[in-house]
Amino acid sequence: MRLVTHNMLQCHVKGCNSNNFPLQLSDVEIEIQETDFNPKFLRNMLSKLEWNALVKTALEINITTLPNVLPNDLDEEFLKMLHRVLLETHIKQGQMICPNCNHTYPIKDGIPNMLLSETET
Amino acid sequence: MIPTPNLDHLSPGDYELVYEPAEDTFLLLDALEKDAEFLRNEIKPCICLEIGSGTGCVSTFLGKILGDGTALLICTDINPYASAITNKTGYHNSIQLDSITTNLVNGLLPRLYHSIDILCFNPPYVVTTSDDLYLSKSIIEKAWAGGIDGREIIDKMLPLVDKLLSDKGVFYLLLINENKPNEVCEIMKNNYHLQSEVLLSRLAGREKQLILKFWRNTR
Repeated sequence: MRLVTHNMLQCHVKGCNSNNFPLQLSDVEIEIQETDFNPKFLRNMLSKLEWNALVKTALEINITTLPNVLPNDLDEEFLKMLHRVLLETHIKQGQMICPNCNHTYPIKDGIPNMLLSETET
Repeated sequence: MIPTPNLDHLSPGDYELVYEPAEDTFLLLDALEKDAEFLRNEIKPCICLEIGSGTGCVSTFLGKILGDGTALLICTDINPYASAITNKTGYHNSIQLDSITTNLVNGLLPRLYHSIDILCFNPPYVVTTSDDLYLSKSIIEKAWAGGIDGREIIDKMLPLVDKLLSDKGVFYLLLINENKPNEVCEIMKNNYHLQSEVLLSRLAGREKQLILKFWRNTR
């Protein structure tokens, strides 16, 4: 799971409707997989991202390169750094914990599992 | 012409765990190819989503149309094996896919409200009893058993389409005649003001398969 995908996921346990995003990463195993740099895609993607959630999540896995506030000038250096964090950083194993209800969603072999048991939905 | 994704990395054993691409899959590929110019030049998607990606054949093909790394391709499947195989298929065809194991789009809403530019769904459409749908233990049966009129899962997805589609978004849905496609179009028009057309149709044995395309009035 790449951090861009993590930025799209929220807890969906029945009745858990607030403070349920972003899911907190825990016990994670990380792998960097290089991929082609595409500044146009990154610029488009920025409008779809929850920036504060991304910064918070990155800090949880000791990535400190993201600024707290998105800069006005999106130069190539910034976009390359963002590319590395958002698109090349893969969570291979670990857990995602809801900050509200503490429900834990596993990440196994790079794939987040958002399935709930029938009593939780 | 865009080649069909290479699935040589899959073994017969894999097809006991995930739905093997068949005529319905290929009809959806042909529909996307027919719309390739439109998707590349007019939609210019940022986020695409496929529900029930199975082997990942459809999203890999979409990635080939758009170019790897030009859009985020999210794939969901309720079957964890399918999620793993989807990512593998993308990898073996040099297309980055982002698999999530979930039921339909659970965990993605409201976060992705009105954010999806291309939405694809080849649903479980075969007419069965409700029991076949809900009591089945078979992971493969879940991939095709659709319950009454083959519509039980499709009807769960329809309200979610309106929540997911962006202003410029398009939704491609595979149906068969028994699913009452006209009725589906009416529901989408009356409840959500979504326009539709039959983009492609074909006979596969006795099954009349169609690809419906939906979009917002505003486009």
